Amino acid sequence: MNRFVGAVPATARLAVTVLLLAAMGGFLALGWGAAAVLAAYATLFVLAAFPPDPRWKLAALAVLTLEATLGLASKIGGDLLFIALVGVLVLLLRLPKVAVWLKVLLGAAVLLLGIPIAGFANTFLFELGIQIGIYSAMALGLNVVVGMAGLLDMGYAAFFAIGAYTWAIFGSSQVQHFLTTWVPLNGNFVYLFMGLAILATAATGILIGLPALRLRGDYLAIVTLGLGEVVRILANNLDHPLNLTNGPQGITGITKPPIEGFQALLAALGIPRSASTDYQLFFYLLVLVIIGFIVLVNVNLARSKFGRAWVAIREDEIAAKAMGIPMVKTKLLAFATGAAFSGAMGVLFAAQRGFVSPETFTLTASITILGMVVLGGMGSVPGVILGAAALTILNLDLLKGFSEVLNTMRQDGTVLLGFPMSQLPSQVDPAKYERLVFGIILILMMIFRPEGLIPERRGSREEEA
Amino acid sequence: MDTLLLLLPQVLFDGLLLGFVYAMIALGYTMVYGVLELINFAHSEIFMIGSVVGIEVFRSLTGYVPNPYILLVVAVILGGLISGLTAVGVERLAYRPLRKRGTKNRLVPLITAFGVSFVLQDLVKLLEGLWHNEFFLSMKNVGELEQSVTLFGIFIQYKSFILIGVSLVMLGALTWLVGRTRLGLAIRSVAQDPSTAGLMGIDPEKIISRTFLIGGALGGVAGVLFALQYTTVSPYVGFLPGIKAFTAAVLGGIGNIPGAVVGGLVLGEIETLAGTFLPVLTGGAFGTEYKDVLAFLILILLLLFRPQGLLGQIVKEKV
Repeated sequence: MNRFVGAVPATARLAVTVLLLAAMGGFLALGWGAAAVLAAYATLFVLAAFPPDPRWKLAALAVLTLEATLGLASKIGGDLLFIALVGVLVLLLRLPKVAVWLKVLLGAAVLLLGIPIAGFANTFLFELGIQIGIYSAMALGLNVVVGMAGLLDMGYAAFFAIGAYTWAIFGSSQVQHFLTTWVPLNGNFVYLFMGLAILATAATGILIGLPALRLRGDYLAIVTLGLGEVVRILANNLDHPLNLTNGPQGITGITKPPIEGFQALLAALGIPRSASTDYQLFFYLLVLVIIGFIVLVNVNLARSKFGRAWVAIREDEIAAKAMGIPMVKTKLLAFATGAAFSGAMGVLFAAQRGFVSPETFTLTASITILGMVVLGGMGSVPGVILGAAALTILNLDLLKGFSEVLNTMRQDGTVLLGFPMSQLPSQVDPAKYERLVFGIILILMMIFRPEGLIPERRGSREEEA
Repeated sequence: MDTLLLLLPQVLFDGLLLGFVYAMIALGYTMVYGVLELINFAHSEIFMIGSVVGIEVFRSLTGYVPNPYILLVVAVILGGLISGLTAVGVERLAYRPLRKRGTKNRLVPLITAFGVSFVLQDLVKLLEGLWHNEFFLSMKNVGELEQSVTLFGIFIQYKSFILIGVSLVMLGALTWLVGRTRLGLAIRSVAQDPSTAGLMGIDPEKIISRTFLIGGALGGVAGVLFALQYTTVSPYVGFLPGIKAFTAAVLGGIGNIPGAVVGGLVLGEIETLAGTFLPVLTGGAFGTEYKDVLAFLILILLLLFRPQGLLGQIVKEKV
């Protein structure tokens, strides 16, 4: 009846309950707004411990959204409540027997009211939302390659880099280093360049994929791994003989898209404004629109002739071949599609940050995106978005937070289990060990749950049949 | 141009050194691929562990044991042992559970291999961070081993002789082991068909574990020699040699033991030649950095025109 809660074992439910009770205890001491937070945790607790009927669950989720938003607006319990909001979205997707319009309404409330309100109170949460969005979009692109077609792409960040550099070079004064008469393009060209980046990365994907895809899948992993490294080396060294990328310093002062119209709209709606939040809200909404589009493409692709062909190849290459599926053409299409998503997001990333450097596009970036797809569930759209949200929060928020806690302990001279923390070497910094965390996630997921946290629907339907 | 020709013997010799390192790493890839059809990407980290062990032995024991030759023997044995055991542990903890589950999806063990690789990198980084609070390590001066002779206009350090000598001994021992012993016979039979090998009284699991031990030990010894020759090491030092050694294994024909050696030597020479002559020939426009790009280009071209490698045969995929 209730698939999501039913999938959670009793011990896990008990653990969540204990954890939440402990958290509630901590918040009892705080001032106003803490009541909302407390109520939010209580709702979570009830949801986790006593799974209600789906209809009641929807109501509980709505209450939880309201409470989390109120708590976030009064700047209390920031990160955990933000995670709760993301959790609401995930649970919504897994709710059976509830009218679609109700789900859409609540989802829209979380995305368009809850998170922006939280973002106005704490701009870091805006940044977090935007990064989750960008990574979700990329992970959805990689999902086409790894999840649907079963091709392991280890250099996905290379396409991200190509997209980011396309706009970075032409949207800043960098272009004048090699085309002296050219003026940097104005911000409206961002959208055109997203299209150009799609073409450029798809072409690169075909160029790289053509030799590797004729062979068994393993080769593709190593070739793409090499490609990732090559693109990084090129970005690092193409400041001579012709200064294309400005080398290791990276490119600064990249033009953002113009938002005068958007600002006028905000003013008309009476939304509180400031120079920084205007842009954050704009990019947040833009990313949402793009994700909506990408999800649509993903779902339609999965049901299309090509999507079915990809899954057939993933499940059994030889059988698919025997059924008359053209191998190289179909695989290339998957590879190029995935690359194109990444390229478009690269343009957006460059425009949003205003700065790109080769440091952003290392192997770790490719692994992060792969980790999102694997954690969430290869081939599953909600799973991949959940994976992207979880790993982005882990990376940008929790690991850094853990580092800060350790640093405070170092400075205060705390003694932990008889070990003076001030003696802890400065290289032991959790924020710098994201590879360890992602590696462990990859290994454990492959051993215990290779289908991911939210498995692809297609697989389960086949098993039931 | 004359100066370039004068440089040539030296460049070829340097390429040979690099080639032997690649060859020894490539053997680990090729052997595991032979028995499991798995690209054990974590092998580059096994190599890295060997190089870190090598440096740590010289750093911490120089004070007690002044003779660098004894230190070298200790480093080679410890490096080979620790790397070999790590490889066995990785197989036991990460790969065997996957085989037990019997997943047919080829992606699964490959993703595990990458996961293991990242975990090992950061674990070594963590250990070195706790121990020295730094993880870019450099070799101590190794006394007598730094001395050099000039033969036929080639500047050769004693440690380079050692690198070549130890590599040749290891390669010889491996050829003997795989070709002439019962263990070698068992390895070859598991590579051919694990279930039939099982019927013949061979325990495939045990043989797989031994293969990881041998491949890992070779990688570890290569790491110690690499650290001795190139003197700086970090937890990330395995990545590029790892990719290149894999390229070397493909170049020679993956699964083929003499092929891995040939591929390693060829790749080492090409890379060193390119690294030296590319900046000169292009007037400095393309620097030595592009030598890493070259290995990758070779891999792409190879996959296009001769995917079975120099010495390999085309293998029909099993259904």
